[in-house]
Amino acid sequence: MISREQRTPLSEWWWTVDRLLLAAIIALMLAGVILSLAASPPVATRIGLDPFHFFNRHILFLVPSIIVLIGVSFMTPRQIRRSALVVFAISIVLILATLLIGPEVKGAKRWITILGINIQASESAKPAFVVIAAWLFSESARKPEMPATSMAIVLLMMLVSLLVMQPDFGQTMLILMAWGSLFFIAGMRMVWVFGLGATAAGGLLMAYFLVPHVAGRIKRFMDPASGDTFQVDTAMEAFSNGGWFGLGPGEGIAKRSLPDSHTDFVFAVGAEEFGILLCLAVLCLFAFIVIRAMSRAYATEDLFSRFAASGLAILFGVQAAINMAVNLHLIPAKGMTLPFISYGGSSMISLAYSVGMLLALTRMRPRTEVEAIDAHVARTYA
Amino acid sequence: MTGPQLDPNKPITRPPEPWRQRLIRSLLYGRNVDRAAKARARVGLAMIAFGGVYGIIAVRLIMFAVNGDTHAERRSTRDAIATARPDIVDRNGAILATDVKSPSLFSEPRRIIDKDEAVELLTGALPDLDGAEVRERIMSKKGFAWLKREITPQQQRDIHRLGIPGIGFLRENKRVYPSGAAVSHLIGLTNIDNQGIAGIEKWLDSNGLADLHRAGFASDRLQKPVELAVDLRVEHALRDELLKAKAKYSAKAASGLVSNVKTGEIVAMVSLPDFDPNNPKEAHDPDRINRLTTGVYEMGSTFKTLTLAMALDSGKANLNTMYDARYPLSYGKFKIHDTHPVPRPISLTEVFTFSSNVGAAKIALGQGVEAHKAFLKKVGQLDRLRTELPESAMPIVPKRWGELNTITIAFGHGMAVAPLQAVMGVNAMINGGLLIPPTFLKRTEEEAREIGKRVIKKETSDKVRYMMRLNAETGSARQAEARAKGYYLGGKTGTAEKVVNGRYSKKQVLNSFTAVLPMDNPQFQVLVMLDEPKALPETHGFITSGWNAVPTGGNVIARIAPLLGLEPRFDLAPSDRLILATSKVTQ
Repeated sequence: MISREQRTPLSEWWWTVDRLLLAAIIALMLAGVILSLAASPPVATRIGLDPFHFFNRHILFLVPSIIVLIGVSFMTPRQIRRSALVVFAISIVLILATLLIGPEVKGAKRWITILGINIQASESAKPAFVVIAAWLFSESARKPEMPATSMAIVLLMMLVSLLVMQPDFGQTMLILMAWGSLFFIAGMRMVWVFGLGATAAGGLLMAYFLVPHVAGRIKRFMDPASGDTFQVDTAMEAFSNGGWFGLGPGEGIAKRSLPDSHTDFVFAVGAEEFGILLCLAVLCLFAFIVIRAMSRAYATEDLFSRFAASGLAILFGVQAAINMAVNLHLIPAKGMTLPFISYGGSSMISLAYSVGMLLALTRMRPRTEVEAIDAHVARTYA
Repeated sequence: MTGPQLDPNKPITRPPEPWRQRLIRSLLYGRNVDRAAKARARVGLAMIAFGGVYGIIAVRLIMFAVNGDTHAERRSTRDAIATARPDIVDRNGAILATDVKSPSLFSEPRRIIDKDEAVELLTGALPDLDGAEVRERIMSKKGFAWLKREITPQQQRDIHRLGIPGIGFLRENKRVYPSGAAVSHLIGLTNIDNQGIAGIEKWLDSNGLADLHRAGFASDRLQKPVELAVDLRVEHALRDELLKAKAKYSAKAASGLVSNVKTGEIVAMVSLPDFDPNNPKEAHDPDRINRLTTGVYEMGSTFKTLTLAMALDSGKANLNTMYDARYPLSYGKFKIHDTHPVPRPISLTEVFTFSSNVGAAKIALGQGVEAHKAFLKKVGQLDRLRTELPESAMPIVPKRWGELNTITIAFGHGMAVAPLQAVMGVNAMINGGLLIPPTFLKRTEEEAREIGKRVIKKETSDKVRYMMRLNAETGSARQAEARAKGYYLGGKTGTAEKVVNGRYSKKQVLNSFTAVLPMDNPQFQVLVMLDEPKALPETHGFITSGWNAVPTGGNVIARIAPLLGLEPRFDLAPSDRLILATSKVTQ
């Protein structure tokens, strides 16, 4: 079936996809399963559910996630562009719906329930937006006469304003960083790099002064005595307790007291039970996925693929880095999940979609095909 | 966007860019740049940035792994808590202090899931726990907190069965004193962490045991027991007699000491009220201090022994030197009285047996202030006496020492010393003239002779012995002789009026009796002190030493002499023949 003799879609996929990247993603998913087994039962018991409630759902969502992952990785860049447009449109509609009819949880409207599944539409909007932005930037490079950059800015403004209305500063930050990185990669002048950096700093400063809970978090980070740092303290202790090899499965104690042990703080829980060696392994997997994908992007001739792949890798990598840094108390507390490791149904499928696109965009393609696309695009728009 | 339809085969020509777009583009991306090449370089830059960020996270992780308090570390600190101490035994090997293993209850508050439930269950299982304190400890964010030290195995089982997470037990060494209060002041006690805080226990810590603990060697190892000079049997008999006397005379306090005259060893030491070292709370009561080492007192007539020995040793006086003590001695506005003045001049020996204050004062004046001071300094009465016991007191010595001071100090007023210090001085007067620092550890006669310092001549010592024996034959110590016949004892009484509201009181006295046995070859000195004894019908209303301290001393000697290995001898000649005559022969 996967023979080189016959050109079937499957064999073609197998020989062109980045198998190492695929293996790393699958390994990450497996690590997520193991850590979910460690971190989620105490949370489930605490809220009165079956101890394996979250674990079962984690496994349950893994199946469609893998299907999405593989399925998406079959797509051509063109199909990806189009599907991204569709997903983005749907997501925007869902976000709007969330804002209108979604329930308010902890002061924010982020979730909407459709067919019994809680959906966080911003999760799927992220990768789709990155792909569209990448496409716009690549267009701006190739066809200067198109107002692509302006469109990218407009799209960003739209998405960001929707997210701020929820409000969801974590996602906003991610989107801004991914977009900024894309803009940077697209060849923005250094003047603007600094300009954007200054704007970001200004925005943060504004958030510090205007949004009390952002200010609180930053203050607590700078001076732990100024407020309740229970989560971070417990996480720190979990790392210390674990040491190199951990206390052993089921021996952890941080998970009993950490409210978000199965989502935001799964990294710390994992460190306590399985040791820092496992954490280093997970860190290496993330680093490998990001850098591998970006090196493939570096090598590819197709500008859109390069931008989109780097954008998706950055989105993925930044999210993981922020989560781990929060766990390790390197940056102020920010609710962000660890891709594929933390529990979260809709976010896992979105991630699968995102990483599936990454796989699809980093597939090896004959140069002729790339040029043909180029030519085709040129024809279409010329 | 509208434009002419292009033939796909023609080379692609782009329509001219609108000027506004060109401006924006050049503003954003720069002019005439190869965007593809630039993009590639920037992807490379982003990769490097990511590498840096993940590197920082990895370094942080490794820091946690290296600095984290691992299991092994925690275990070692736990072991250090349960430190072991060597046994302490008396001179015959009877155990005075030993370690017993007992469980202690601790909590790890962070591990406790339901803290309210834990507090409730624990206070239910251990009703004597302070609920509020336990709650506070369990609610704390600490990793470790003691809840109750040293519980019984039964309690341990009960709490274990409650199955509270985050509650645990550590086996600790608990110090146990089987002889209870009998050796309290001597042995001291330990705190809850098994560190010596008083007495010999503290001395042990300051002499290497603490270092051993710190190095982690002292745990659960057989250590050589520490042998003390004390004899538990003598200690017990002494304490028993003192308890009886304290009750009989309604005294505020009673203390006693038995010391080996030739070695300086302290064979028994009791200071009542005392405390049970197994119950350390009592030990903090200021009334329960060790009066023999920590308290300083005006010793009264006991000091006359020193005064007379000084005169005899100087050669300026002999046993028959006569002193006029018929009338009170006037010095400035002060008058020194004798209780029962003798209506004739008396000899030096009679000054001792009649215990004449006037006589003693005149003897001291005959030596001069400087000589008096120098002599007392020589026999160790002016400096703080240090022994193995950490507790010691500085004697109270007049700052400006004039003739009046010499007069009063001659009969033991106007200067306060620790009783143990006086015992050391009297020892030197009777053991042949060697000042031997007292010790609570075993010491041989040879060792004692090596460290002993000669303070008076042997002949002087013989004369003092004669006078002390005479006291038992005809003087104030007769009641003791009556109770402990055959031990050839001798002694000196002391009745010191206590200072109450700045005046010497006639009603409140500190009585002492210093006995030595046997007088022909002194081996032990027995000191008995009664603080504020009351008059009884059988004492005919007297509160002087001869009516309470002396009989008590006699009772003590009758009980302890057999334990000390002394045989009663009933065919001994009186002192003038047995002591004085043999002494003259040796001259």
